[in-house]
Amino acid sequence: MSTRAKEIIAIASITVFALIFYIRKVTGGLPFEFPMAVTYGVIGLLALSLLWILILTIQGKLIERRVVFVYVAFAVGLPLFMPISQKMTISPEVQQLYDAVLEQKPGSRVLISFDYDPPSAPELQPMAESFIRLCFERDLQVIIMGLWPQGPQQANLALQKVLEEEAIAAKNLQYGVDYVNLGFQSGNEFVIQGMGDSFKKKFPTDYQGRPYDDIPMLSNVKNFYNIDYCFNLSSGFPGSVEWVQVAVDRYGQDMGAGNTAVQAPTMYAYLNANQLNGLLGGMNGAAEFEILCDYEGKGRKYMVSQSFSHVVVIAFVLIGNVAFFMSGRKSALNGEKEQA
Amino acid sequence: MTPLPPFGVTVADKPNDAGGAVTIRWRPSPDDVENGKVTFYRIYRAVEKDGQPGQFVQIDQRPAGADTAYVLHDGNADDELSYFYRVAALKLVKKDGLVVGEYLAQSDIAGPVSPVAQWFHMGRLSAFIGVAFLSFFILFFISRAKSGRTLFIRKIGGLEAVDEAVGRATEMGKSIYYISGLGDMDNMQTIAAITILGRVAEVAAKYDTYLDVPVCRSMVMVTAREIVKLAYSKVGRPDAYKDDQVHYLTDDQFGYAAAVDGMVVREKPATIFFMGQFFAESLILAETGNSIGAIQIAGTAMPAQLPFFVAACDYTLIGEELFAASAYLSKEPKLLGSIKGADIGKAVFLIAIIVGVVFEVFGIWQFSNLFSVGSN
Amino acid sequence: MRREVPLIITGIVGLGFVVQYFIPHFPFSKMNDWFTDWFSIVQACAIVLGALNLLKVSLEKVAAQKKDWGYAAVIIASFLLITIVGLVEGEGFRTPGTTFDWLYVNVYIPLSATMFSILAFFVASASYRAFRARNLEATLLLIAAFFVMIGRVPVGEMISGFMPEGWRLGNLASWIMNVPQAAGQRAIMIGIGLGIVATSLRIILGIERAHIGGGE
Repeated sequence: MSTRAKEIIAIASITVFALIFYIRKVTGGLPFEFPMAVTYGVIGLLALSLLWILILTIQGKLIERRVVFVYVAFAVGLPLFMPISQKMTISPEVQQLYDAVLEQKPGSRVLISFDYDPPSAPELQPMAESFIRLCFERDLQVIIMGLWPQGPQQANLALQKVLEEEAIAAKNLQYGVDYVNLGFQSGNEFVIQGMGDSFKKKFPTDYQGRPYDDIPMLSNVKNFYNIDYCFNLSSGFPGSVEWVQVAVDRYGQDMGAGNTAVQAPTMYAYLNANQLNGLLGGMNGAAEFEILCDYEGKGRKYMVSQSFSHVVVIAFVLIGNVAFFMSGRKSALNGEKEQA
Repeated sequence: MTPLPPFGVTVADKPNDAGGAVTIRWRPSPDDVENGKVTFYRIYRAVEKDGQPGQFVQIDQRPAGADTAYVLHDGNADDELSYFYRVAALKLVKKDGLVVGEYLAQSDIAGPVSPVAQWFHMGRLSAFIGVAFLSFFILFFISRAKSGRTLFIRKIGGLEAVDEAVGRATEMGKSIYYISGLGDMDNMQTIAAITILGRVAEVAAKYDTYLDVPVCRSMVMVTAREIVKLAYSKVGRPDAYKDDQVHYLTDDQFGYAAAVDGMVVREKPATIFFMGQFFAESLILAETGNSIGAIQIAGTAMPAQLPFFVAACDYTLIGEELFAASAYLSKEPKLLGSIKGADIGKAVFLIAIIVGVVFEVFGIWQFSNLFSVGSN
Repeated sequence: MRREVPLIITGIVGLGFVVQYFIPHFPFSKMNDWFTDWFSIVQACAIVLGALNLLKVSLEKVAAQKKDWGYAAVIIASFLLITIVGLVEGEGFRTPGTTFDWLYVNVYIPLSATMFSILAFFVASASYRAFRARNLEATLLLIAAFFVMIGRVPVGEMISGFMPEGWRLGNLASWIMNVPQAAGQRAIMIGIGLGIVATSLRIILGIERAHIGGGE
């Protein structure tokens, strides 16, 4: 079969799959789930096929990268239909962030900066929802802003979801009194610096165009000195690094961060230097935070996929190294034969 | 029902600032943590008139519950005026979610105090000394280099391979792609990338190989055009340069990655350079280049992206190797001298780290405090 | 003058920014605000340049029916669509319920998320291709990667749950992230910081001129 034909079949299968699930969602069908027997069967098949690939590799028949892609697709997609739950332990940095929020007294002001866009939403949106929910549960005042243009829009999506929940809706929270969205401001780290002087100068109106002075909860908020805790959600520049360098270093702000899994390793240096008070790293961090907040969100739901995909990547790394050692051994053997 | 008032209210000018800020400290009311009788603290301020406080106006309200001293910075003060402050412990009585009673206990009045602007941030003295030392070393070695002393710089594989990479594209009759990252012209990595672009453009012009520079920022496009045009002129090929060689795609990260990937897969360049500030799109770009068999040279100072480039590219400039590129490629003594100066600065920091670790292990805490930088 | 004027401006502004970090007194405290505002203005004007260039290149491609001109046509169509929709909807164009918001949620978000999700596949194929135990350092890297990948997901807890608290794969992964990984990051960050200081000093003093065309 030609490559083009294979590509067409792959695209057609994915399209059909997506259509089926969209129609089920729109017509109110229940989420599809494998029975346990099928789940174990699928896992077993995947394991056996990986073993088969290992055998092929030992025989010198290397697989192409598209096969790797297919396995990653299975590893990420299939667990979504498996009724598997996994036990997770809480990392110290996630616990630290949770404790930092719990230390805030009712009425404290928390500034949340949304510095990410939709591609990073799968990792950061669960963190945002959990954090906002926890703030509302603890009667903290939430001030939202963004250094990325799409940040405040992501914030609105998170707010919308959290405010619809029964427990939070019962609190009857008011915009401008309990929470506010100041919107996006261009200028990267200079915005943070400007906020150290005056929030109003950097955000003369809120997201909806309402003047700063007309927002009741901001009447006593001039700059960082009037904020009790900051939480930054970031996936790049400007992000947590700039917030640490300006808000923490220059203005002594108490701050926690939520980062994508790629960026999180960079933040450990700041965490260990006590410049960060808590860190959520990737979907793992989001899931652990949801456990602490006692909430069944997307972070926990998708960790099964993450587990499977990590195992698949490790399997391919091992298979690749087997191929590497086999080829090295073959060269050595050939060398010996020539010498003999 | 009325709680006991807070005590020990002190006020002082906030140090190391541009004025306009006063620091207010107070001890919690005895009814605060022990009895939970205090809901908030209200902070009041009055302007001084003939040595006496005028009318007190509330400036802030802070939640109660801490068992240590409270600190508040009033950042809305005028340097021309003097102020008096007082703090009140407030108990709110609620019934069915509505406030039905307020009980207030005022502290003694503290003041007068006037905010003052400082001419030097004493908390940043260590940073000032560090910058001064580093600048001294850099300038010293620049002057030494100017006097004719040869300075050794180790081989940087990625930069040595530039000519070879351009040559490969020439032999194959294919183009060179130069990706300068997502940063704008205010980013040092982008400036370093543009510097290397000039060198690559010179070699490409000399070998008459097409150089394509898709950029993510408009200002980078404008600067890069100037650099490439100049490079072509330098080697006597101004006629070969076309403005459309340097073209803008989009500011959006993944829109840019998608566009570059599409171009790479369709045009199949023989050589791809990734120089500058990259984020999550780094692996997408590098893997796509790898899939078409291009020779790839990358350089970035983003620690999170370095592993991806190392895995997918033939050569990678790590961190400061990117900043050293300008000096390395031009071999200009002044630039080499600055790298030597920065290296000496690094050696000093290394010694300080080792000494600091030893002191900390033996409990001599003061040494590491010398390196702390105060906040505003 | 074409070369001298940018150098003078660079020197004055660069030195000004260094000085303002150490001197809080007015007018240094306001320098950031002034220059940020000017930078935003220049950046906004420059975006127009870029957008016009993109349109020009795409229109030329479509008009001349050059290779792959279809993609250029898509660029023009989507550029015009989003611009017109945004302009027609006026000030509240980002409010949920508008056409712009619909395009954002149903077109932009899925497209961006799709591009980002390609990373998962590329990480796997890059790991399969590049992670080889060629020497001692590579082997150490592989071992560390194995422990961190397994330790950061619930599978690690499943495998090592029988071990005492503090000795499980998750604890090992945490230790690797907090100690050797953080140390390596710090070292790279210190080096990068020094490199930035040296490069900035060269640019401020006019020693480095490659970004304005090089030469003396």
